[in-house]
Amino acid sequence: MTAPRDLLTSLQCPIPIRDYPTVLLAHGGGGSLTQMLIERMFVQAFDNPTLEMLHDAAVMDVNGARLAFSTDSFVISPLFFPGGDIGSLAVHGTVNDLAMAGARPLGLSSALILEEGLPMEDLWRIVQSMQAAAAEVGVPIITGDTKVVDKGKGDGAFINTTGIGLIPDGIRISPTRAQPGDVALINGPIADHGIAIMSVREGLEFETTIESDSAPLHDLVAALLGAVGDGVHVLRDPTRGGVASALNEIAQKARVGIRLDEKAIPIREQVRAACEILGFDPLYVANEGKCIAIVAASAAETALEVMRGHPLGRDAAIIGRVVEEHPGRVFLRSRIGGLRVVDMLSGEQLPRIC
Amino acid sequence: MCLGVPGKVIEIQENPLGMTMGKVSFAGIVKEVCLAYVPDVQVGDYVIVHVGFAISKVDEQEAMEVFKYLQEMDELGELDIPQPD
Amino acid sequence: MKFVDEYRNETEAQKFVQAIHQVTTQPWTLMEICGGQTHTIIKFGIDRLLPEEITLVHGPGCPVCVTPLELIDKAIAIARRPEVIFTTFGDMMRVPGSEADLLSVKAQGGDVRMLYSPLDAVKLAQQNPDRQVVFFAVGFETTAPANAMAVWQAKQLGLDNFSILCSHVLVPPAMEAILSSPHNLVQGFLAAGHVCAVMGYWEYEPIAEKYRTPIAPTGFEPLDLLQGIYIVVKMLEEGRWGVENQYVRAVTREGNVSAQKLVKQVFQVCDRPWRGIGVIPKSGLCLKPEFADFDAAERFEVTGIVTQESSVCIAGEIMQGLKKPHQCPAFGAECTPEHPLGAPMVSTEGACAAYYQYGRVVT
Repeated sequence: MTAPRDLLTSLQCPIPIRDYPTVLLAHGGGGSLTQMLIERMFVQAFDNPTLEMLHDAAVMDVNGARLAFSTDSFVISPLFFPGGDIGSLAVHGTVNDLAMAGARPLGLSSALILEEGLPMEDLWRIVQSMQAAAAEVGVPIITGDTKVVDKGKGDGAFINTTGIGLIPDGIRISPTRAQPGDVALINGPIADHGIAIMSVREGLEFETTIESDSAPLHDLVAALLGAVGDGVHVLRDPTRGGVASALNEIAQKARVGIRLDEKAIPIREQVRAACEILGFDPLYVANEGKCIAIVAASAAETALEVMRGHPLGRDAAIIGRVVEEHPGRVFLRSRIGGLRVVDMLSGEQLPRIC
Repeated sequence: MCLGVPGKVIEIQENPLGMTMGKVSFAGIVKEVCLAYVPDVQVGDYVIVHVGFAISKVDEQEAMEVFKYLQEMDELGELDIPQPD
Repeated sequence: MKFVDEYRNETEAQKFVQAIHQVTTQPWTLMEICGGQTHTIIKFGIDRLLPEEITLVHGPGCPVCVTPLELIDKAIAIARRPEVIFTTFGDMMRVPGSEADLLSVKAQGGDVRMLYSPLDAVKLAQQNPDRQVVFFAVGFETTAPANAMAVWQAKQLGLDNFSILCSHVLVPPAMEAILSSPHNLVQGFLAAGHVCAVMGYWEYEPIAEKYRTPIAPTGFEPLDLLQGIYIVVKMLEEGRWGVENQYVRAVTREGNVSAQKLVKQVFQVCDRPWRGIGVIPKSGLCLKPEFADFDAAERFEVTGIVTQESSVCIAGEIMQGLKKPHQCPAFGAECTPEHPLGAPMVSTEGACAAYYQYGRVVT
């Protein structure tokens, strides 16, 4: 008996087994391998136009209302870090994914996967932190789930949060709307979160006052949309993979080029120093309270003012422009005036000495 | 090879085994660093640190050399600089 | 950051760029020895600011790139042992062995840990007396004093659960190997600033004389590299050779004498295979007999592992400056940072990865 041809092709793994017989850490690193997994496997398998947008949140029309729907899982070691913990991070992360569609959050779920042996005290701290973060945002945690796995099979605790939110009328945020002439803004210094985590990683510790930038961005986004409305074309939170990966995704999705100016990109001196020591490029380091906004040129000045007027955007800056040249690619004009390609990150950034 | 970052020595301690250790600040990032190879180092000096070891002191006078070099070239008229675009 | 930011100044950098343009009248091929220098060149777009006549070839100065495949396989064999805590710099985690890398050994449950300093490995051995702690001691002359100190400390402490898998290499023999090759294209060198901070630059003087080649020990910031390039090109244009030190703020002719002393106490010079190049006589450091107890290859009996390298990959020719990464048939196709065939694609400062990440030509 022979199977029909389309069944055969659909049974074939779209990611060549020759290259990746097993899942690697880098498949979850937010870089090019993650992108490959999403585009070649998940989008192909689940095949629908909403998913294909690959936005931070899916947008659905429900009886005239436009809802944003998003989910995110949090696996982080250590569970508690300078400036936050896995609990607050799990709330902020999903609130931000909704905000990147322009939505105000309506409700969150919380699914906990706990490792046997996790101190009850730690769990209580995490739960309290989730509640505090949700209360600050003003979003209720309305449903949840709990599973426990054997000792050694989880990193203390994993959290998944899912959220729904409401998108105001007239707002059409989408990665495909970036167009030549648009301006790219960010609401503050980059790479704080990733460096705060590294500072407490076993074997690599260093003393610093850097804290994670983990914060809910819904209010900043609401202010931005209130001021420039449809002038906001794209919003993206540059989490794993950092600013470089987020901008590459936008450039590819919208088939435009993006030109960055290294001097204009805000970064704290300590973060820059930590990156020098670790051999990291800060453009690839994770953020948890940052938002890249691609706005119409005419809206840029207002957008910058609004961001700077918000507590989470005091150090906001215009960091680059959308251009017609080199579609799908991001270029950076370096501090000394040279030009280079800013590619997607390949795998996770590892500290180097060489 | 050989990522080396300049930082300022902010503390020097003798190690029980005779290996001098200390703290070096890189613009506020502080790391424990072995100072055994820069025996005459003082608090306040800048050192180049590679894998947790100070391998060289930064000579503050010599550090200006590159700028002097440019200045001299300028004065000798070796630099005829149109404004970079 | 003091001693960093000043050397990234656009106005000063552009002055050097202009000066290089003015001094250059004919084609020259320069090699920057160190991977860290390659990184700066590409990251700041220095290569795109230079006159067309100047070709920079990226040298073999990256331990990730030159550590032989065989040694990676030995590291993996040791790291898989249940009693071992295998410690390494982050760089070596992704270097492909014959059929795995250390990152995948870790994913499969091996106790592989990334450290900042070899002294952390000694500390780990003290804290875990019931485990064997192995440190992957790779690097050039810059890293040798650190690894020497770790071994020396372990001996003072009487630690019998600490050892190193040693793959130290030396720059001057590799430079000689390049210069004496009949295919050599390199006319001038930017020597590796931090190697020279430790070793000084007196060793390069006879090489510069013998091969009538300009050599400039050079730092790692954009202004350093631009000045180094200017110095070497000027010497070439004027028909001069010799050693001219660019990195005067950190490098002296004698180098760091106390560091050299401990290195000589712990290590001795030996022949060493370089990945993609082959054995270069007297180009490596091995533990001296009195420290042989700290040799992980002996302790874990992996000396018998012998491996061959991929035949498609032209890493060796790239590291000798005979070819550019994009001239490799596998570059960007079968060989990418996600799936490297050869080591220069692994380290972000390996010539191939640096090309791929920052310099990939837009098509």
